[in-house]
Amino acid sequence: MTEERETPAGGAVATRWVEVAVGLVFVGLGFLVVADSHRVGASWGDDGPKSGYFPNIIGWILAASGAWIAGQTIYRWKRLAGQVFVTYADFKPVLAMLLPTIAYVILIKLIGIYVASALYIAGFMLFQGKYKWLPTLCVSLGVPGVIFALFEIWFLIPLPKGPLERMLGY
Amino acid sequence: MEDIGNLMQGFAVALAWKNLGFMLLGILLGVLIGVLPGLGGANGVAILLPLTFTMPPTSAIIMLSCIYWGALFGGAITSILFNIPGEPWSVATTFDGYPMAQKGRAGEALTAAFTSSFIGALFAIILITFLAPLVARFALKFGPPEYFAIQLLTFCNFVGMGRQPPIRSIASMMLGFALAAVGIDTVTGTLRMTFGSPTLLQGFDFLVAVIGLFGLGEIFLTMEEGLSFKGKSGKIDAKVVLKTWAELPRYWITSLRGCLVGCWMGITPGGATPASFMSYGMARRFSKNKDQFGDGHIEGVIAPETAAHAAGTSALLPMLTLGIPGSPTAAVLLGGLLIWGLQPGPLLFVEKKEFVWGLIASMYLGNIAGLIIVLTTVPWWAAILRIPFSIIAPVIVVFCAIGAYTVHNNMFDVAMMLVFGVVGYVFKKLKYPLAPLVLALVLGDMAETAFRQSMLLSGGSVRIFWSNPLVGSIVTLALIIFCWPFVSNVMGRMRSREPRAKSA
Amino acid sequence: MVRRIFSRAFVAAGVAAGFAFTPFPAVAAWEPTKPVEFVVPAGAGGGADQMARFIQGVVAKNNLMKQPLIVVNKSGGAGAEGFLEVKNAKGDPHKIIITLSNLFTTPLATGVPFNWKDLSPVAMLALDEFVLWVNAESAYKTAGDYVNAIKGGNNGQFKMAGTGSKQEDQIITVALEKVVGKKLTYVPFKGGGDVAVQLVGKHVDSTVNNPIEAIAHWRSGSLRPLCVFDSKPMPYPTKVTASQSWQDIPTCKSSGLDVEYTMLRGIFMPPGVTQEQVDFYIDLFKKVQAQPEWKKFSEDAAFNATTMSGKQFVDWLTRAEATHKRLMEEAGFIAK
Repeated sequence: MTEERETPAGGAVATRWVEVAVGLVFVGLGFLVVADSHRVGASWGDDGPKSGYFPNIIGWILAASGAWIAGQTIYRWKRLAGQVFVTYADFKPVLAMLLPTIAYVILIKLIGIYVASALYIAGFMLFQGKYKWLPTLCVSLGVPGVIFALFEIWFLIPLPKGPLERMLGY
Repeated sequence: MEDIGNLMQGFAVALAWKNLGFMLLGILLGVLIGVLPGLGGANGVAILLPLTFTMPPTSAIIMLSCIYWGALFGGAITSILFNIPGEPWSVATTFDGYPMAQKGRAGEALTAAFTSSFIGALFAIILITFLAPLVARFALKFGPPEYFAIQLLTFCNFVGMGRQPPIRSIASMMLGFALAAVGIDTVTGTLRMTFGSPTLLQGFDFLVAVIGLFGLGEIFLTMEEGLSFKGKSGKIDAKVVLKTWAELPRYWITSLRGCLVGCWMGITPGGATPASFMSYGMARRFSKNKDQFGDGHIEGVIAPETAAHAAGTSALLPMLTLGIPGSPTAAVLLGGLLIWGLQPGPLLFVEKKEFVWGLIASMYLGNIAGLIIVLTTVPWWAAILRIPFSIIAPVIVVFCAIGAYTVHNNMFDVAMMLVFGVVGYVFKKLKYPLAPLVLALVLGDMAETAFRQSMLLSGGSVRIFWSNPLVGSIVTLALIIFCWPFVSNVMGRMRSREPRAKSA
Repeated sequence: MVRRIFSRAFVAAGVAAGFAFTPFPAVAAWEPTKPVEFVVPAGAGGGADQMARFIQGVVAKNNLMKQPLIVVNKSGGAGAEGFLEVKNAKGDPHKIIITLSNLFTTPLATGVPFNWKDLSPVAMLALDEFVLWVNAESAYKTAGDYVNAIKGGNNGQFKMAGTGSKQEDQIITVALEKVVGKKLTYVPFKGGGDVAVQLVGKHVDSTVNNPIEAIAHWRSGSLRPLCVFDSKPMPYPTKVTASQSWQDIPTCKSSGLDVEYTMLRGIFMPPGVTQEQVDFYIDLFKKVQAQPEWKKFSEDAAFNATTMSGKQFVDWLTRAEATHKRLMEEAGFIAK
């Protein structure tokens, strides 16, 4: 999906930057793992490997592979200039999904999963799907309703609930 | 042939119309449970367990085991349609099932998955029917070194074959291992990488990672590509079942291999998840169409499904004969047996004949009923893909959130799912393979535990892995399989050194 | 008491019929208004989980409670997740938790900030016994035989399998090492069922399985019990095998192995609940224990059927905590 394209209008994130960033994240995570492994003991003890023995090796390999990927990208920096990770125009819809989903997860915590789901589905249908109110209402109330019946009433699996459900006695 | 007589009596028990009713109810509930991500077979059976206390034990276990079959069938549905595996052993099904659905072959993929499940289960049931006591004793041979050997074999079978650059596979797998190590170390009880946070004590659950990486990641990608599941509106009619069936006999070797791998892993008990990965890996290795794997090749659906179900079914054998559950669902069923006053163990087959053979008979009937039910619904399931993306996408996200929450009943997991979703999006775009990460996350902890238990037993000597013919041959086989791609690669390179040098 | 029966009858005439069959009609005035979460701080299929699901079944079958009991497994972090959840659900009367010894061992071994005093103790349901098992084909007929063999062997030569790390099985193993004066190799496994099968398969030399984890293998002649780690033999005279009953297993102390350990199977609630709410559950579990199913379950699992609640229970907990602390300090299991 990172095929070469002409630099599109409106700008884009170049693959090489993301590539280097992810590589460096691996290096960071790798060192974190290594550091923690040494805390718990990373050697081969009398009766086999200690708790940190395998994580230590894993951390080093992770860091090394991250460094390799980042280094390789920098080495070929010029040649990779044309590769586009995502154009800003293409990234907009991704954000349009990502940001509401972040809000949704926070809302689950605050007002429970049922109300949050209704709002989330309704918002998505209205703004992304350009649906009219009636179908939006049907789906956005219907789906959490069915889920409520399934989980809370039928299968008796408690999901996060908020003030509305408490008011209704659940 | 005393067994046959017992089995016939069992059929008489299972065919009582009341038990048939429980069977159908169980299958329907099971499919529903399997489709909802996160609910899963173990949860479903546990939830309905108390309902069955008022029933006779035989009816109760028939219904519960049918829920189990139903959930096994249902687990494949979301994997194929939405790239969201509802159960760990459905992960390998997504590798080719989802690409098939994207190419408009959802009906075919579903039919292949259901039929393979049935064949795998049937094979395992026949094995249970005739070889139960013999096979049970074999499971006793499995100590920690043998478990480690099996896990090593699964790994070796799977790695080194992806088409992605190897350095990325390595990074991805190491990340999976690192995540698997977070939490309490099983062997010494040491806290690893929790950094003082009680939330991190529970570690990273595999299902949360998978729902995020595969399910959410896919939705983000689809958003970028313009709001639709592309190319999925292929023609769907009831004839797709027959057409797919006509194609299936061609892959009988893949099926048979899946059955054998699955039964072996179910009995030992390595579990259904390693079985599905191992079977997928073997199918790819031995297939004539290696290159098509991952792009929607039907063999890539047949192999993991057959093995997962053969394993899931044969896992009931060590449960009944030894009292060790081969899967989380089996663990819950085991609890049920104890509550009904049945003592699982070697004597169950002697003392509670009616119960055991009724159960075995219901396995046959339940799987047949299940196959018929799910196959008739194939067109409906496939039709879900015609729902516009802007309706189905938020609904999928809602189900993903529920799935992630129910794993540990914890909000932290829902937040983690979102993080994994972003990781999945970035990884897919940068061509990092996700399968090694998932495999490492599932097996990493188990393999490390088994390795260190072995070391405790041997006093730190790795020679324990060649201490008897069983473990020695598995380990050796694993190492040969691991090294083979490098050897053949080097040989290939030596042969084609000239042209390569030119192109570089 | 009588007044309570009537008030209960008025409040819920609908379920009164269900109670007519139970010998304990008294119910506290408070009762759950929504499904009660029954937290199990361990995975599905273990001893605590089995007991919780069994109780759930008994409650549902005999209609002992108007609202359903829902078993929720929160096994993360050696049970820490379950305990923290209950600790943080301050004042929530619709949540109860069944404990195993990780009530004491998890906070000590991991440093996770909770203590049984953070929870509201409800009742002790039973004490789970531990038995020293060896493979039936081994030469050790008594605990004395086995102890002598350990004494005559090298450090680490004998292998003990157990459930989990720095938990009850390992604590017993360490206590046993102290008495014998030789080290054993302790190999931890995930569940009690696995442990028993490892012994049947002769991958280890002994286990300290709970009775219910090993009974099937004892009956089929694969395992042999040597002694029970309690102050007196188990009180169940019914023959389990052709020749032996639980009662016939001597105490370890009488066999020259002075180690005693039992595991709490108790019920706790979140902090900040009212006495009335605690009383409801005390009463509920009394009713559960009066059912014939419970009696059979108790005997199958060979529990030490001691039950207690209120101050007596708190005193017991205080003592048990001190014991665990001492044993774990001696073993070097305390988190730094």
